[in-house]
This record gives sequence, C-alpha cells and structure tokens, in this order.
Amino acid sequence: MDFEALTRWFLTSIPEVIVISAACCLLMVDLFIKKGSRDVIAYLSLATVIGAAAGTFALAGSSQQAYSGMFVVDGFATFFKMVVYLATILSILLSMSFIKVEAIEQGEYYVLLLFALGGMMIMASGADLLSIYLGLELMALSVYVLTGFMRRDRRSNEAAMKYVILGAVSTGILLYGISLVYGLTGTTRLVDIATALSHIDGGDTALVLALVFLISGFAFKVAAFPFHMWAPDVYEGAPTPITAFMSVGPKAAGFAVILRVFLDAFAGASEIWIVVIAVIAVLTLAIGSLVALVQTNIKRMLAYSSIAHAGYALLGLVAGGEDGIASVMLYVFIYAFMNMGIFGAVIVMRKGDFVGENIADYTGLSKVRPGFALLMLIFLFSLAGIPPTAGFIAKFYIFVALIQSGNVALAVIAALFSAIAAFFYIRVVMLMYMKEPTGGFDLNLTPAARIALGICGAGTVLIGIFPSWFLDMAQISVF
Amino acid sequence: MDFPILSVIILVPLAGAFVLLFVRGPALARWVALVVTVIDFLLTVPLFAGFDTTTYEMQFRETYTWIPAFGINYAVGVDGISVLFVFLTTLLGWICVLASWKSIEHKVKEFMIALLVMQVTMLGVFCALDLFLFYIFWETMLIPMYLIIGVWGGDNRVYAAFKFFLYTLAGSVLFLVGIIVLYFQAGETFDILALMEGNYSPTVQIWVFLAFFVAFAVKVPMFPFHTWLPDAHVEAPTAGSIILAGVLLKMGAYGFLRFSLPMLPYASQTLSMFVAVVSVIAIVYGGYLALAQDDLKRLVAYSSISHMGFVTLGLFVLNIHGLEGGILQMFNHGITTGALFLFVGLIYERTHSRLIADYGGLTKVAPIFATFLCIFVLSSMALPGTNSFIGELLVLVGAFGYDKSIAVLAVVGAMLSAAYLLGMYRKVALGAVENPLVQEAWDMDTREISSFVVLAVFVIWVGLSPKPFIDIMHVSAQHLLEQVLSRAP
Repeated sequence: MDFEALTRWFLTSIPEVIVISAACCLLMVDLFIKKGSRDVIAYLSLATVIGAAAGTFALAGSSQQAYSGMFVVDGFATFFKMVVYLATILSILLSMSFIKVEAIEQGEYYVLLLFALGGMMIMASGADLLSIYLGLELMALSVYVLTGFMRRDRRSNEAAMKYVILGAVSTGILLYGISLVYGLTGTTRLVDIATALSHIDGGDTALVLALVFLISGFAFKVAAFPFHMWAPDVYEGAPTPITAFMSVGPKAAGFAVILRVFLDAFAGASEIWIVVIAVIAVLTLAIGSLVALVQTNIKRMLAYSSIAHAGYALLGLVAGGEDGIASVMLYVFIYAFMNMGIFGAVIVMRKGDFVGENIADYTGLSKVRPGFALLMLIFLFSLAGIPPTAGFIAKFYIFVALIQSGNVALAVIAALFSAIAAFFYIRVVMLMYMKEPTGGFDLNLTPAARIALGICGAGTVLIGIFPSWFLDMAQISVF
Repeated sequence: MDFPILSVIILVPLAGAFVLLFVRGPALARWVALVVTVIDFLLTVPLFAGFDTTTYEMQFRETYTWIPAFGINYAVGVDGISVLFVFLTTLLGWICVLASWKSIEHKVKEFMIALLVMQVTMLGVFCALDLFLFYIFWETMLIPMYLIIGVWGGDNRVYAAFKFFLYTLAGSVLFLVGIIVLYFQAGETFDILALMEGNYSPTVQIWVFLAFFVAFAVKVPMFPFHTWLPDAHVEAPTAGSIILAGVLLKMGAYGFLRFSLPMLPYASQTLSMFVAVVSVIAIVYGGYLALAQDDLKRLVAYSSISHMGFVTLGLFVLNIHGLEGGILQMFNHGITTGALFLFVGLIYERTHSRLIADYGGLTKVAPIFATFLCIFVLSSMALPGTNSFIGELLVLVGAFGYDKSIAVLAVVGAMLSAAYLLGMYRKVALGAVENPLVQEAWDMDTREISSFVVLAVFVIWVGLSPKPFIDIMHVSAQHLLEQVLSRAP
C-alpha cells in the first residue's frame, strides 16, 4: 500500500473524517467552555455538518472507491448523506432550547449527535457488510446514550435500557447473518457477494437462513414488523429532539443500507426475500396505521406513524428496479422534512413545566396561535399524504413504482391503509381547529427553532408543488 | 400565446386568498372576498364570448411542463361540458360569500380564505387536462372543505367533517391507484386527451372502472355511498352546503363524464345497467327518505341524492338525450339546490330552527321569501317552465330509449319529489303563523334578494329557452357519445 493511495482514500472519505475528528475536538473544547454558554458547541457542530456537506458536494458527481472497496462515494451515498445532514442540522437547531428546558445541557450531547452522524455517513457509503456494521454500531451506540440523556427521567432511562438490550440482540442477529454470508460466499464485499451468489443454488438452506438473519437485523433498525416493539417506548422516553433525529436520520441510513444490500448484493436471490419483505411491509403498514389510531401521547402516535411510513418505504424495496430505489430515496428525503417538522412542533410546545406531549394539549391551538397551527396542519396533512404537500408526492412515487413492477394488489393495500392512517393525523387537526382552547399556549419559539420549522415547512410545501428537481436528483442518484 | 384566461380564472381566487392573509377586520375581509369572486365571475364573460360552440376540441388550452420525469404537465382547457361548470362555480362563488355575510361571525377572514381556496380547487378540477393535475385539485379540495364544515359548522360538525373527509379520502385513494394503472397502460402519459385515445384490455377497463367508480360514486353520492351527505349538509354552514350541493357533487358526475365514459368505453357499456340500477335506487330511495324528514336541510340533502340519481342515470343510458339531460341536470341541480340551501340558511339565521314543524304561514310574514321558495321548489320538482323539467325530461326520454322498466321507476321517483317538496312548501309557507319566532322573522334585504334573483333568472331561462345551454354542450356531448359507442364491447 503506497502513500498516494492512502491519501486518495483519505480524501475520498474527507466528510467522515471532518465529522469524526471535529467530534473528538469538540469533546475537548467543551472542557474549556463556561457552563451556560454551550450554544458555542452547537454552533461549532452546525459548522462541522456544513463543512462535511461542503466536502460531500465537492466529491459529488464522481463514483469513487476507497479502503479496498469497503467504502464508496457515489450518487446514492451522496443523496443519503444529504438527508442525514439535514436531519442532524435540524436536530441541533431544535435541541438548543430544549436541552436548556430539560436542564441536560452538556457538550457531549452535540458530540454524540456528530458521532451518530458519522456512523450514518459510513452506513450510506458502506460497500462491505463489515464497514456497514461499523457505521451501524457507531450510530447505534451514540443514539443509545442520547436516548438516556435525561438521567433523572424514568422514562428516558427505561427507553435507553430497552433500546440497548434489544439493539444488542438485533446486532447479534445481524452479525450472525453476516457470518453465514461470509461462510457461503467467502466475502463480505457487496459486489463479490453478488458474483458469488450466481454460483449458489437459490434453495440453499444456509442462504435462506442468512437472509432471514439479515432481514431481522435490518428490520429492527428501521422498526419494521415484527421488530417494531421498541420504537414506541424509546420514542416516548427519549428527549424529543433525539426522537425526531432517530425517526429520520438512522432510519434513512438504515434504508440506504437495506437498499444496497438487498438490491445490489442479494438482487440475485430476490425470489427468496421479496415475499418476506412484502409481507413485512404490509404488516408494518397495518400495525403502524392501526395502533396509532388509539394513542393519546403524540410522541407515541408519531412513533407508530413512523412505523407505518417505514412500511411504505419497504414497499418501494419490493417494487425494486431503478424506480423502486428512487422512490424510497425520495420518500426518505421528503419524510425528513415533514417528520422533523411535526416533531419540531412538539418540541417547541415544551416550555417551563408544560410538557405538551398529550394530543389533548393541542386543543384549540389555532385560536391562540393561528400561524403555528397552520404549520402543524401542513405537516400533518403531508404525513397523511394529501396533496398539494410533499407527502403526497412521496406516496405517489411509491405507488408508481409498485404498479410499474406489477404489484397492483400491494398498491391497493397501501392506498387503503393511507386512508386509515389519515384518521389519526386529521384528529390532531380537528383538536387544533375545531375545539375551544382550555388554556393559553406559551411556545418556546426561539430563533433556532423558528429556522428549523421554517426549513421543514418550506420543504414540505415546495417539494409538494415543485417536485421535479428532487425527483430527478433521486433518479440520477440510483446506484 | 393567447391570454391565459383559464389560469387567470383559477388563480384569481388564490391571489385573493393571499391578499386576505394581510387584511385586518371582518368587514374588509368580506368585501375583499366579494370583490375577488365577482371579478372571477366576470372573467367568465370573455370566456363565453370567445368560446366556439361548433367544435368539441378543448379550447383556451395552456400547457406548461411540470414534472417531466412522469410526463406531467400543468395543462388546462375547457370544452362545451366543462365550460358550464366553470361558469356555475364562479357564479356560486360570490353567492357563497354573500350567504356568509352575516351568518359567519367568528374567524371571518379565515373562512373567506377557505372559501377562496375551495374555489381554486373546484375550478382546477373542471379545467384540468392532465389526470395528475386533476387528482391534485380533487384531493386538495378536502382540506378547505374539511375545515369549512368542521370549524364553522353546526353542533355536530366534528363528526360530520370527519365522516366527509374519510369517506371521500377512502374513495379517492383507489382512484389514485386506478390512475397510475391507466398511466402505464397508455404508455406513461397523464394527458387526458391521450388517455382517451388508448385501447385498454377489457379486464383492465373493468378494474379501473370500479376503482374510479368508488371515488366518483362517493362524491356524487350514489347509493350506497351516500350516508356522509346528509350529515355533511346538515352541519355545514350555508356557504358550505351551497358549495357541496352546487359544485362538489358535480365533480363526481364530471369524473364519470370525463374519465369513465371516454377512457373506459368497454367497461362503461358493460356496466351501464349496473350504474343505471344503482341510480334508480338512489332516485327512489333518496326521495323516499326525503319524505320522512322533519329537518329542512336534511330534506334538501336527501332530495339531492335523488336528483343526482337522475344525473348518473342520464350519463349511463348512453344516448344523446340522456347524456345532454344529465349534463344539463348537473347544471340545474347546482342552481336549484344551491338556492334551496341558501333559503334554509337564511331562514335559519332568523329563527334558529330548521325543523319544518316550527314554520307555517311564511307567505303572510315574508312574502318575498315565500315567493322565491315557491320558484325553487317548483324548479326542484321539475315543473314545466323551470330548468329541471328540461333536464329530467331529456333524461327520461333517454331512459325510455334504454330500458322501459328503469324509466318507469325513475318516473316514480320524480313523483315522490313532488310529494315531499310540495308537502314541505305547504307546511312552511302556507297556513297560519303559529310559531312566534316566525312571526318576528323579517323579509329579505337587497343582499339576499340579489342572489335569489340571479339564480331565479337561470331557473326560468333554462326552463323556457334551454337551447343556448344545450348548444354550448351539444357538439362536445355528441363527440363524447361517439367516443363511447364507436368502440363496441
């Protein structure tokens, strides 16, 4: 290995290098900062993410490999990195006031967010099951800690505990699957797996077993049925900005990995996994949509809603092909805006002693804060998939991909569940608009939160009306 | 490029809604909304002046690329059928603003914004020449209507708004799947005119027809998808009821006209008997239920179900009389039922009761009121000389040419409408004044009379001289019929 190659590898992974080394530095900078002025860390973290984004931009347009083919930079990775940058920036902006209210303001908070970001970036660029695993663990370990960051809150502790234990089990399952794959094919590189699979009989029991383990491991990470049970408890217990982050960033990175692993490495074995994934997708959709109907806590409701959304994205995987991949990419991108938006709205409700997590807390909001209520209405209708919001475009493309690949029945099921799911989003709108307020609303609308909500609102509306550019970006970024 | 008149008509209410965002005070909001809707109405004058009735081609077409990846365009245009509904929508637009002048007291600005956005989406539905664009308008409509019913409605408004939203949404999601299936069958295009040219296999046609049918039948509403309508009507504010009855219900029938018939001729012919039977059930059953109502708004709502049965029957008997009668009846129903809901709204403002039993002797206290009520009741029961007579007659002529027993049953429904409407008129307008509330009711003012006069003009104009209206649509209707029948099953 010569120095020149090493430099090239280093430069190819410069965004990851920036994020992780900046995170390490910030950990030390934090020691020299006076208590109460932690906003500096937040600003430095934002600068880091923007710097990494600039690096990604500079690398965009070319397809490069590094670290002996374990790491690739292509359009696909770039697209998903943009989504996780967006999720991280919005999470930082929304965290700044929230962690003050909760009195958990520590520099490590932002540092862990950056580590999680680094993990997600490696996942997006991973071209080898081991590098993917590395990224996944870096992300997961950071998020476990962030979930339990409210140390004096029982729910937060419980959530972190559940998440760690279940997460560890799922990681074990995933690793076992990877080892089986290695045993079968003699490699962990995705491209080589694809080549090796052509020599393996499709009915090979070990292959089936390996795929089952891989599917289980990944299904846990994106909270798909039947590995979704952790999500509501963890989402409810975690600090809300972390919930928002978890529901968007790691999920997006998880889908990047799933798409690459199943549609690239295991495309040849699709007759084994496609039915399994289709069943999982439909049941995820069903569980998410139906159980959300009876929730009274908005964070739990949004947890089930995000389970249902994972179901739609999995349907895009079932559709397969270029449009299937692009539809999942666009879905995840649009989902980032609307879901961060609605969580952002929940976050700014938290002020003083007021928690604002019950759905009933939103009663009569439009009478007191019409502009804020309108913004929430846009996010909720977008999550329900009603035009002219972006959420409709996302669903529409999934339906197009499904029908193009001949899965009309799945499209019909998904369409019917989207009508059921509309109920619980619209119920919140009903409370905001059609009931009298019981008290005043004191919103924690700091400038940072305003910027975050503004970005989400603009994204949700503009992508809905002018989706063309984003659609093209997704389509040309397919691997 | 000619002046983009259709886009201007669609966008004027949107611009008005935007201006309203910065308006303070309810009085100014009302005036802004009125001015905007009147301008929009007046803009249809050049539309009709430039309209060529000798061609079935789409006119005033505009096409701009929107989402090239799917070949989706912003494409609008009107033919002889849709131009009538553009007119109807803009006409009812300002009437709705006037109807809400006093009855909406809180959040006036927000109400007017919802009303104007509503108008944008309805005009978009009638003008769209791209199926995707059509669907966007069709679905977006749910948001303002949900708020209009749910925020400004009656006591049970939340339930009614939910029911309306979920029924229509459940219908439309299958419509969306049908649209995408058709998109691939036709070679990846959403262009409505190109989709009409396509030849789809019988199986595809039947399935897509059924998917479309659910969406349109919920909107019309046809039996057995009608149960949301009475609730929505009763709870909606007056303007909401007028829009619902006047325009929204027409969107379902328009969907049949624009998509089901020309795009799926095989399925339309195969299933025409099915639709005709369901329509007749709606005519008779709706009328029968109307007989039993003691609430004015409910009575008019059930009569709507019955009358919309005539429309769908006319569309699916697949001959020129039925088709033209159905289209004309869509227009008539918008005028007449809109007026009846306006009447109920105005009388409710005075007495705060919609119960028929609370009324009596309106002719003595409020003669102008009673006179207008008489005109519209007669129109609704299709008395010769009024608009509905022409429409229902054409539909019945068409129905007799199609199937005699269907036609006879439809006649029974028409007689039922005379029974419940005249019964209602007798109890409300004639007899002695017994209720002190009615005693104190005052007669109409100029604002209210102006709406009624305009609507009454159309009742009598269409009734006595329907030719101009039939002429506008004739060539387009003839062409539509050829599109269906030229491709025999």
